[in-house]
Amino acid sequence: MGRNPVTWLGSPAFPSAARTALADVQLRGNLAHATGTIRGKRAAAVAELPDWERLRLAGEAIKDDVLANLDTYLTRLESQVRARGGVVHWARDAAEANAIVLRLVREAQASEVVKVKSMATAEIGLNEALAEGGVSAIETDLAELIVQLGDDRPSHILVPAIHRNRAEIRDIFRATMPHAAQVSDRPADLAEAARAHLRSKFLTAKVAISGANFAVADTGSVVVVESEGNGRMCLTLPDTLITVMGLEKVVPTWRDLEVFLQLLPRSSTAERMNPYTSVWTGVTPGDGPRAFHLVLLDNGRTATLADRVGRQALRCIRCSACLNVCPVYERTGGQAYGSVYPGPIGAILTPQLGAGTDDGPTGKLLRSLPYASSLCGACFEVCPVRIDIPEVLVHLRNRTVQEKPAYDPEAVAMAAASWVMASPRRFRLAQRLLGPLRLLARGGRIRRLPWPASRWTDSRDVPAPPKETFSAWWRRTRG
Amino acid sequence: MADPREVVLRRIRAALADSPPVPPVVRDYEVARDVGDVLDLFAERVADYRAVVRRVRVEALPVEIEASLRARGARRLVAPVDLPGWWRGGEVVWSLDGPAHPLSVRALDRADGVLTGCAVAIAETGTIVLDAGPAQGRRALTLLPDYHLCVVRADQIVGTVPEAIARLDPVRPLTFVSGPSATSDIELDRVEGVHGPRNLEVLIAH
Repeated sequence: MGRNPVTWLGSPAFPSAARTALADVQLRGNLAHATGTIRGKRAAAVAELPDWERLRLAGEAIKDDVLANLDTYLTRLESQVRARGGVVHWARDAAEANAIVLRLVREAQASEVVKVKSMATAEIGLNEALAEGGVSAIETDLAELIVQLGDDRPSHILVPAIHRNRAEIRDIFRATMPHAAQVSDRPADLAEAARAHLRSKFLTAKVAISGANFAVADTGSVVVVESEGNGRMCLTLPDTLITVMGLEKVVPTWRDLEVFLQLLPRSSTAERMNPYTSVWTGVTPGDGPRAFHLVLLDNGRTATLADRVGRQALRCIRCSACLNVCPVYERTGGQAYGSVYPGPIGAILTPQLGAGTDDGPTGKLLRSLPYASSLCGACFEVCPVRIDIPEVLVHLRNRTVQEKPAYDPEAVAMAAASWVMASPRRFRLAQRLLGPLRLLARGGRIRRLPWPASRWTDSRDVPAPPKETFSAWWRRTRG
Repeated sequence: MADPREVVLRRIRAALADSPPVPPVVRDYEVARDVGDVLDLFAERVADYRAVVRRVRVEALPVEIEASLRARGARRLVAPVDLPGWWRGGEVVWSLDGPAHPLSVRALDRADGVLTGCAVAIAETGTIVLDAGPAQGRRALTLLPDYHLCVVRADQIVGTVPEAIARLDPVRPLTFVSGPSATSDIELDRVEGVHGPRNLEVLIAH
């Protein structure tokens, strides 16, 4: 297999990627500006709803019900979509999903497809697979287009080009769009340039590919939430529509949308409602595509579902609120996570979706991701479906530690510490032996220790040992 | 080769071997709430998206529609074939779109604007919902023209999202429209006007 489906092949482990990203002053400025803007707006949008916490609880409960009865809801969705003229396909992994889509595009005799922004198709590397099959995929979401034209990688779930500021976007457009040589860096002008660039593509495309935000099991209705109208173009104008959807996107009933259409826009773009939401069911004669294909994608989801603690990551509705509040994400940006799913949700989703890889460096990256957090808990606070991300991070760290061999330096150090702490006598002796380290301290902190302890002090200070330990003080004053 | 459908379903059942407990979904959030005057709130929220909103008398609709079109400078309009005939007037060339005679994509793209009604409107979020029902036409009709003039009757406006969901039939093709097309893709700051209609005007008829 040429490309790992969830991570980008050859990505370094998080600490080394983060070190590179932290040195990029432009990147840090762009991210601080964008995430700062959206954090304030989200807080205001959420504060408008007096029942926000009750909506979160309902969102969590609906998604837990979906996961606990996933087979029932998926087969119900399948039969409803079929009953209304759609075709349903099942894909075990990325390669299978890509092969299905490529076959469908060829059957429609298209060499070019227009795409609505979709995390599922980014996850499986669909564009690359189509290119290998001689089909060019045109991203129509503005941020995806910026990433595609800049030959770049996404760094955010909602706004993949969040790491670019307006001047950088202007330069990309000037260099790659035939009619944008003079475009300014005003966001309105950049949006206008994208409109002109894509208009004829929308009007002539034969095949469109989308993801899905939700699909209703009871009715077979599929929902796409968007802003620009590129989604409506793709969902309405071409003859053939292919939708690739992660298994967990199904919801039981139409009524459930009354919860998610409140939770998602306010958490994601911090709007009361996003500009456009499209809902379609199978094929409607005389309105929209004449052929509709729904591809249900596993690609690691069932393996994630098997983990009692980790399965809550499948509740995610891809709003990206957790990215925008994360102190780690804000400083490193999304590309350091080495996957289309960055930030806190990526740190728990990517290692689970990609688990079982036999590629050494990829395994190293996946094991490093649960450590890309200070466990501050801000992500859980904002999550509209109440995913306890810190809980899953700790759970995945534990799994990583359990898998380490007994001779691993960390395992050896922990075993030694455990042996020392198991006996009061050994503990007191250790305290006495470590006391002189106080002489290395400046201002109560030790900044550098010799190897192997330098591996700790490279990125952290150690508090200086006190002149007198608590137990010594106790014996002296109360004994 | 194993059938992927059977494999995936078998994997799901194996993953759920622990039969996770499923507490009931408690829907104690507010389905309806006191939002004051729904017409006022709807008008305010639509305007927040930088759409044009005007409150007009039902009987004055032809005059008001004509005034909107004149102010906009729109001369070639498209509309669904079942749009109430008395709404259409003025010095405008009307092209009607219907199942028997659908307009071409090029014709829709060249039109100066489109006039429709709607199915439901949501005050709290400033949203209009189209369901391809009376006076709304197919989805492409309200997508390609750069100017969408939408007539919303007072009795079509509900307060909240749950109230609107209850009124809608998901099996019809639905489009929820909240303001003109927009993007937050440049520095997470909202800019109006991308691929969908860049100009939305709502007439609240009461």
